[in-house]
Amino acid sequence: MKTSVFLGSMAAGALMAGAGMADTLADVKARGELNCGVNTGLVGFAAPDANGNWTGFDVDFCKAVAAAVLGDPAKVKYVPTTGQTRFTALSSGEVDLLARNSTWTFSRDTDLKLDFIGVNYYDGQGFMVNKDLGVTSAKELDGATICIQTGTTTELNLADYFKANNMTYQPVNIDSNAEGEQQYMAGACDAYTTDASGLAATRAAFADPESHIILPEIISKEPLGPAVRHGDSNWGDIARWTLYALIAAEEYGITSKNLEELAKSSQNPEVQRLLGVTDDLGAMIGLDKDWAKRAIAASGNYGEIFAANIGEQTPIGLARGLNAQWTQGGLMYAMPFR
Amino acid sequence: MSETHAQTVPFVRDTMLPPAAPPVREAGAVRWLRQNLFSGPLNTVLTILGVLIVWFLVSHFWDWFAHSVWNADSLSDCRRIIAETWGEGARGACWAVVRERWNQYVYGFYPPELYWRPTMAFGLLFVALAPVLFSESVMIRRVVLALATVLTLWLMAVMGAPAAWLVFAAAVLVGALLISERQPSWLLVFSILYPLMGVWFLWGGSAWGPVMVLVGPVLGWIAWRLLGRASALVATVAALVVPLVWWIVFAGDAARDAESIVSLAIPAVASDRFGGFLLSITIGVAGIAMSLPLGIVLALARRSDMFLVKTLAVIFIEFIRGVPLIALLFVASLLLNYFLPPGTTFDIILRVIIMVTLFSAAYMAEVIRGGLAALPKGQYEAADALGLDYWKAQRLIVLPQALKISIPGIVSTFIGMFKDTTLVTFVGLYDPLKSMSDAVRASTSWKGIYWEPYIFVGFIFFLICFGMSRYSMYLERRLARDHR
Amino acid sequence: MTDVMVPANPPFRPSMLIYDRRYRSMTFQVIVFILVMALAWWLVNNTIRNLAALGKDFDFGFLWQRAGYDIPQTPIPYTSDDTHLRAALVGLLNTLIVSILGCIAATVVGIIAGVARLSNNWLIARLMTVYVEAFRNVPLLLWILIVFAVFTEVMPPPNAFRGDDPAASMILFDHVALTNRYTAIPTLAMTNDPGSLDLGARITISWATIAFAVALVAGWIVRRMIAAWAQRVQDQTGVRPTTWWASLAVMTVPSLLLIWYFGLHLIPPTLKGFNFTGGLNVQNGLVALWLALTLYTGAFIAEIVRAGILAISRGQSEAAFALGLRPGRTMNLVILPQALRVIIPPLISQYLNLMKNSSLAIAVGYMDIKGTLGGTTLNQTGRELESIVLMMGVYLVLSLIISAGMNLFNARVKLKER
Repeated sequence: MKTSVFLGSMAAGALMAGAGMADTLADVKARGELNCGVNTGLVGFAAPDANGNWTGFDVDFCKAVAAAVLGDPAKVKYVPTTGQTRFTALSSGEVDLLARNSTWTFSRDTDLKLDFIGVNYYDGQGFMVNKDLGVTSAKELDGATICIQTGTTTELNLADYFKANNMTYQPVNIDSNAEGEQQYMAGACDAYTTDASGLAATRAAFADPESHIILPEIISKEPLGPAVRHGDSNWGDIARWTLYALIAAEEYGITSKNLEELAKSSQNPEVQRLLGVTDDLGAMIGLDKDWAKRAIAASGNYGEIFAANIGEQTPIGLARGLNAQWTQGGLMYAMPFR
Repeated sequence: MSETHAQTVPFVRDTMLPPAAPPVREAGAVRWLRQNLFSGPLNTVLTILGVLIVWFLVSHFWDWFAHSVWNADSLSDCRRIIAETWGEGARGACWAVVRERWNQYVYGFYPPELYWRPTMAFGLLFVALAPVLFSESVMIRRVVLALATVLTLWLMAVMGAPAAWLVFAAAVLVGALLISERQPSWLLVFSILYPLMGVWFLWGGSAWGPVMVLVGPVLGWIAWRLLGRASALVATVAALVVPLVWWIVFAGDAARDAESIVSLAIPAVASDRFGGFLLSITIGVAGIAMSLPLGIVLALARRSDMFLVKTLAVIFIEFIRGVPLIALLFVASLLLNYFLPPGTTFDIILRVIIMVTLFSAAYMAEVIRGGLAALPKGQYEAADALGLDYWKAQRLIVLPQALKISIPGIVSTFIGMFKDTTLVTFVGLYDPLKSMSDAVRASTSWKGIYWEPYIFVGFIFFLICFGMSRYSMYLERRLARDHR
Repeated sequence: MTDVMVPANPPFRPSMLIYDRRYRSMTFQVIVFILVMALAWWLVNNTIRNLAALGKDFDFGFLWQRAGYDIPQTPIPYTSDDTHLRAALVGLLNTLIVSILGCIAATVVGIIAGVARLSNNWLIARLMTVYVEAFRNVPLLLWILIVFAVFTEVMPPPNAFRGDDPAASMILFDHVALTNRYTAIPTLAMTNDPGSLDLGARITISWATIAFAVALVAGWIVRRMIAAWAQRVQDQTGVRPTTWWASLAVMTVPSLLLIWYFGLHLIPPTLKGFNFTGGLNVQNGLVALWLALTLYTGAFIAEIVRAGILAISRGQSEAAFALGLRPGRTMNLVILPQALRVIIPPLISQYLNLMKNSSLAIAVGYMDIKGTLGGTTLNQTGRELESIVLMMGVYLVLSLIISAGMNLFNARVKLKER
C-alpha cells in the first residue's frame, strides 16, 4: 500500500517534470527556470554561500542567459556537477547549459556530443610550488609528487608533458579543489597543477600567498567555455550570442549602469542593434528585442563580471591577460551583431 | 569423648565472634581491581596496555579539547582567541564553525524562513513511527510522543511558523498522544498517509498533487467493489489498472485543475536546496519506507514455491547485494536517464532515493526472510489448518509475527543505510559529511578548518545511530522474551 | 497442495487459471514473467532510443584506446600509453590488493576485539566496547577521511628527512619512512637473480617468488603429513610424539635455504630529489583506506565473534575447565571451533561488504577499479553506460567468487555438525 502510493507520487512527479529535449528553449520557457550545471564549489567561478546563493564567474553567465530567455536572472536552478557527472548531466537533459569551467577539446565537442558555444575564459595549465622548494621551472620537477584533479584534461596534459620531457612524477589523485589545497598545504605533494586561474584563486586564498609561486610554464591550452547539448542549434545560438553580447557590450562600453541611457542616446548602429533599439535581432533566435539588454543588465558586461568575481580587485586577483578585449591585445572578440 | 578431654582444653569459646572485616585485598576497590584488572599476569599486562592507550589518547587530545572556542567569526579569529587565552603556540578546537554553520549543516540551503517545515515533518515522523516502533512499551511511547510534541511545537514557534500550521501540528501531535492511549494501531492510518504528507511538507507546492495520488487507490478500491459483483477476475485487474491509469494519465491534470480552482499551495522548495542532515534523513527515511514493502514482497518471493518467481527474486537480491552502493548511485546519476523514455528527466534526489530503495530492499528482503524462517513451522501449519489461502495466511498470521521479529534487523538495516547516505556526495549532492564540510571550508573565513567539521558530523551520526541501535537491542530483548 | 479432494478432472475452463490451485501458480508465474520481460524490454528499448537520440553507440572498443593518464600505484607495469583495458586491470588488481589485505587484517582485529570484549578485564572490555560502538555507528567515509587526514596532516613530508639534523627520522633501523605522501618501505633484491617467468602482456613473475611459493606449499603439505603421522601414533600408543620442531623445520628451512641461495636482501629507501626512491612507496591512500576498512569491518567482525562465542553454551567452557584446560586452550580447542560455525556465515557478508566498501577509495585518490574504469576512463571517454556496466559486472563476479569460496568453507565446517 505504502509503496504503491509513494511510487505513484513519484511517477506523477516524474511525468510532470518530464520534458522533451529536442526544443530546449521551449522547455526552459515552459519550466520557467533555467537548469544550469555548475562546479560544486570553486570560489570565483561557482560556489554557494551559507544560504545556498550561488556566486561566481560561471554563475553570472547562467544569470545572463536566464535573463535573456526568461527575463529574470534569478530564475536559475544551479545543479552542482562533479568532474564525473557534468557531461552526462548535460547530455541526459538534466541541465540545459553547462557553465562549469570545462575545456573545449576535439573529443568532447565531437565524441561526447557537446557543443561548446564559445570561450569565456582562456586558460592554461600551470604548476604551483612552495618557494622553499627552490624550483623555478617545471622542467625541474623530475621525480616530484604532483597533486592533480581526476577526470580533468589536466590529468592527460600532465602525463603528456612529463612524457615529452622525459621526466617521471608521482601523481596524487584528488577529487576536488578543496582537497587539492588541503594536500598541497600539508606538503603531501610538491606541486599542485590545475588551470592557472584556479592556481591563482587557490594561492590568493592562502594565509601566506607570497611563499608560493606559480611556475612560468603553461603546459597546455585550456579554453574554458560553456557547453550545450549537440543537436539543438537554436538553443546553442542563444547561449553563444548571449556570451557575445556580454563581450561586445564591454567592447562598446555598455555597462549595467549606462545601459538604459545608451539605449536611448547611443548613435552607434551596432550598439543600437545589440540593445534592440533598431533591428529585432532577438526574433531571429526566438527571443524578444530586449534580450541582450536584460542579459547585460543581469550582472553587467563581460568586463564587469570578470572584475566582480575573479578580477584584480577580488581575492582571486586574476589579471585580464589573454582575456582582455581584442582591442586591448587580448583574445576576447565578439562576432559582429548584424 | 569430649568429656574425657574436657579438662585438657584450656579455653572454649561460648560466644560467637563478631564477623571480621574481610582482608583488605579481598574487599572494596582493591578486590574489584584485583578481580577485574589484575587477575593474572596476562590481565595485568593488558590493563597496563589499556591504561597506556587511554593515557596516550588523553595526553594528545586533551589540550585540544580543553582549549575549545565557541564564539568566533572565522578560523583566524579562533586562533587569535586561543593564542590570547592560552598563550602562543597553544592548540585548540574551533567549534565556532559548528555554531555559525549549524543551520547549514542541519537544513542545507533550505530557505531559512521555512525551516519550520522540515522540523514539523521530522516531529510528525515520530507519530508515524509510533505504532510500528514504539508499540512495545506504553511508557516509551508516551515519552517519545510527548517529547516530540513539546520539542516540535517549541522549535516551530521559535522558527516563526504560521499560527495555522502550529495549530495543525499541535492537533496532530496531541491527537496522536490521545489516540495512542486508547488504540495505538489506529495511528497506522497516519503512518500510511505520512509519506505523502512528508513529501508535501518538504518540497511544498500544491497539496493537490499528493491528494490526487491518494485518489488512485481509492478509485481502484471503488472499481474493485463495483466490479466485484460481476467477476472477481475483472475486479482484481481493474483494482490494479485503474490507479495506474489514473496516476499516469489523469492525476497530473487533475491536480493542476484542482489547484486552479482552490489553491492549496505552500511555497515550493526545489531539491537543490536540500542538504546536510535534512538530505540524509530524507533519503534515509524515504528509502526505508519504500524498501520495506518491496523487501517484504522480495522475501515472500524468495520463499515462494514458484520456481520462476523465486529465481527472479534471487537474481535481483544477489545482484543488488553484489555491487557497491556507490556504483548504484552512479547508475542513478549517470545511467537512469538512459533507462527511461527519451526526454524524461527527474530530480537527482528522487533518482538517488530510487536506487537507495532498491539497494536497501535487497538487504531488507534478507532480514525479513530471516524473520519468516524464524517463525515456528506450527504457525504456517495452523494457518493452513484454518483453511486460509496464501495471502490471508501471510497477512493475518505470518507477516505480523515475522515482521515483529525482524524489527531489530530492520533497524540495523536502516542504520546502515543512514550511514551510507553520506555517499551521495560522490554524485554532487550536499551530504553533511564531505560536500557540506567542503562548502564550509570553501568560504574564506573557514578555510583550513579540518577536524572540527568531521568530528561534529561524526558525533551527530554517532548519536543517532547509537541511539537507534540501543533501542533496537532493547526491542530485541523484549521480543525475544515474548517468543520463549 | 495435494489434490486428493478433487474427484475427477472437470473439463478445463479459462476461469480455472485463477481459481484452480493447480493452474493458478502457473498463471501467476507466466504473468510475472511477462511483466518482467516487458519491463526489461521497456528499459532496453528506452536505452536504445536514448543512445540513438544522443548519437552514441554501445561499444566496448574504447577499451583498446590509449588511456593517456597515469596511475599512482601500479601492481603491473603501466604507463599512460597503455590501453584503458590495462588501466581497468590495474584498478581491479588495486581493488583486490586492498580487499585482501583488509579482509585479513579485519579478521585479526575483529577476533582480538571480539574476544577482548568478553574479557574479564574491566578496562580492556570497556575499551573494546568503545572501539566497536565508535566504528559501527559512524559512517565509514568519515573514518576513511579522518585516517587519511591523520596521515597527511600529522606525518612529516619527505623534505623533513633531509639534512644533517632532520626534523623527522626513519624508523625500524632506517628501513621505513612514514611520510605524509606514502610509507616508504624497503624492497627485496637478489644477488643471484633467477630471472622471471613472462606471462605475456608485460606481466612477469619472478622465479624466486614461484620457488618460495612451492617451498611453502610443499612445507605445509609435509607438515600435514607429520601431523597425521603424530595422530596415528597417538591413536595407537596414546602418546603423542613431539613434532613441533619437525613442523617448524619443514616450514622454515627450505625458505631460509632459498633466501641464502638467492642472496635475498633488503634495499632501504633513500631520499633522492623530491622523494624517497629505491624502496617501495606505499601510497597513503592505500594505507588509509586499508586501515579504515580494517578498523570499521573489524568492529563488525568483533560483534560477530562475540555473538558466536556467546552462542556456545556455558556448559562447554565449564566442561573444558573441569577437564583442566587452561582458558587459552579452552578458547582454541573447545569454544572457537564450535563458534566458527555460527561465525562464518555473517563473516562472509562482512568480507563482501569490505570488498564493496573498498570502492570508497575514490575519497582518498586510491585508483581502484572505481577510480580507473568507473572514474577517469569513464570521464575521458564519455562511455558511462559501458564503463559502469563493466564495473558492476566485475564487482558482481568478485562477490560471487567470495560467496562461493566462503560457502564451500562453510560447508566443510558444517560437515562436522551432528
